[in-house]
Amino acid sequence: MIRLENVSKTYRGASAIALADIDLEIDRGEFVFLVGSSGSGKSTLLRLMLREEKADSGNVFVLGENLRSLPPRRVSSYRRKLGVVFQDFRLLPNKTVYQNIAYALQVIGKSRAFIETSIPDVLRLVGLEGKSRSYPSVLSGGEQQRIAIARALVNRPELLLADEPTGNLDPDNSKEIMGLLSRINQSGTTIVMATHDRGVVDQMQRRVVEIREGRITRDAQTASYREAPSGPIVISENQG
Amino acid sequence: MTPTFIARQVWEGIRGNLSMVLSIVLVSFVSLSFVTVASLLQIQIGNLKNYWFDKAQIAIYLCNDFESEMICPSGGITETEQTAVASQLNSPVLQPYIDAYHFENQNEVFQRLLNESGDISPAQFLRPEQLNAIYWVSLKNPETAGLVIEAFQNQPGVAAVADQRSYFDPIIGLLNGATLAAESIAAVMLFSSALLTTTTIRLSAYSRRREIGIMRLVGASRASIQLPFILEGLIASLVGGSLAIGLSGFLVANYLTDTLATELEFARLVTVSDVFSVAPYVLSLGAILAVLASGISTFRHLRI
Repeated sequence: MIRLENVSKTYRGASAIALADIDLEIDRGEFVFLVGSSGSGKSTLLRLMLREEKADSGNVFVLGENLRSLPPRRVSSYRRKLGVVFQDFRLLPNKTVYQNIAYALQVIGKSRAFIETSIPDVLRLVGLEGKSRSYPSVLSGGEQQRIAIARALVNRPELLLADEPTGNLDPDNSKEIMGLLSRINQSGTTIVMATHDRGVVDQMQRRVVEIREGRITRDAQTASYREAPSGPIVISENQG
Repeated sequence: MTPTFIARQVWEGIRGNLSMVLSIVLVSFVSLSFVTVASLLQIQIGNLKNYWFDKAQIAIYLCNDFESEMICPSGGITETEQTAVASQLNSPVLQPYIDAYHFENQNEVFQRLLNESGDISPAQFLRPEQLNAIYWVSLKNPETAGLVIEAFQNQPGVAAVADQRSYFDPIIGLLNGATLAAESIAAVMLFSSALLTTTTIRLSAYSRRREIGIMRLVGASRASIQLPFILEGLIASLVGGSLAIGLSGFLVANYLTDTLATELEFARLVTVSDVFSVAPYVLSLGAILAVLASGISTFRHLRI
């Protein structure tokens, strides 16, 4: 489903390398956490998969496309095959829940019939069937993120990319969102989620890919946020 | 995107950015008004030429005994010389160009002057012998005047050859000058209109950056993201262009056709139908500029 081969990326004008010689393979149906501190390169990795950025070298294969050689005019049709959610939800405040989701379908030319049948389905999936006429501003953060997830899923993508989806949420809401993502994954959608929310990673016990300074430093199945410490525990890390 | 969805996007864009869109309308209105005026002036020049040049003749003035030696070294025209002039007018070389000619002798010229003169009669200080007899030549195509003039200019017994068209040179020069002025103003205004469209579309795109961000993420094509903005610029320009055509039509109908044309009967003035005949070109010019400006603006500022 996703294969990165010797991928390197340096942002223009930046002195530090964003990604260095990354090799990574993610299979269909997997749920993978990308963890690491801010600036470690995990968001860059997601941006490469979304084709927001291009790798300087190496190959990025996602959903059967080589994103390094994908011509610009085919980027839009490529993006229709995947869903994305972000920390800041990216909803339109002047549109209702229903309209927000419909907008994503209207702009890619879906028929009214498709829109009218698929939105109730996806609202049921995310548990917002009663809120279709509400505006995002009256909903909780968790509910807003669920709209964003509904919007990402309404076109039935095989792959969902999530960049810190619980970053703006309290623990209860985070748990709720992770439960939802887990259910979505169980129904067959591959999920790649960048996060530094230790709680959700530890709770889920899925594959964890850790990135530090642009390099993969750990890739472990059913893992926690941090490796079991072998050396002295750094106490100060939990403070502040 | 369905047409209704695009229409709604365009409407939201215009409503959210109304003052800037109005400014495009106004600048297009002013610039395209000048384009219309320049086009109408050119049509007017064409009308004048058509009307007058058909009537304008070439006058071949024959020598008399009173001309200076510089002009007529051998004095008045001899009979042989005059026959030569007449046979040249009938020659196969010039026949294809000449529609008709007639001869006006010195007495006839004198009579005509008497008839045309007002209070002061030329008879007080002129005698027929002092005047030049004239061959009046009408041409099939007024543009070939140079050729005919050249043929007679250095002919013995010919004092001068005059082209009546040259009398219109000052007014045509004036109208050409006015056209150039209108075109210069139009060019400057069109340039500012294009710049303003670029800025306005950029602002419009900025105010809808959330929507654009979502469109990009869900895989809307570049064309479908650009289209509403280009339509926004296009509509503003077409509204401005229509206003320019409307105002020009109104002014022509009320000030040229109804008043001036009845007083100045000597030449056909531009009419409302001339305004409508230039309308497609004026509107197309505005449309092309608007599409280019908004297209370039969205291309530069909407990273897909």
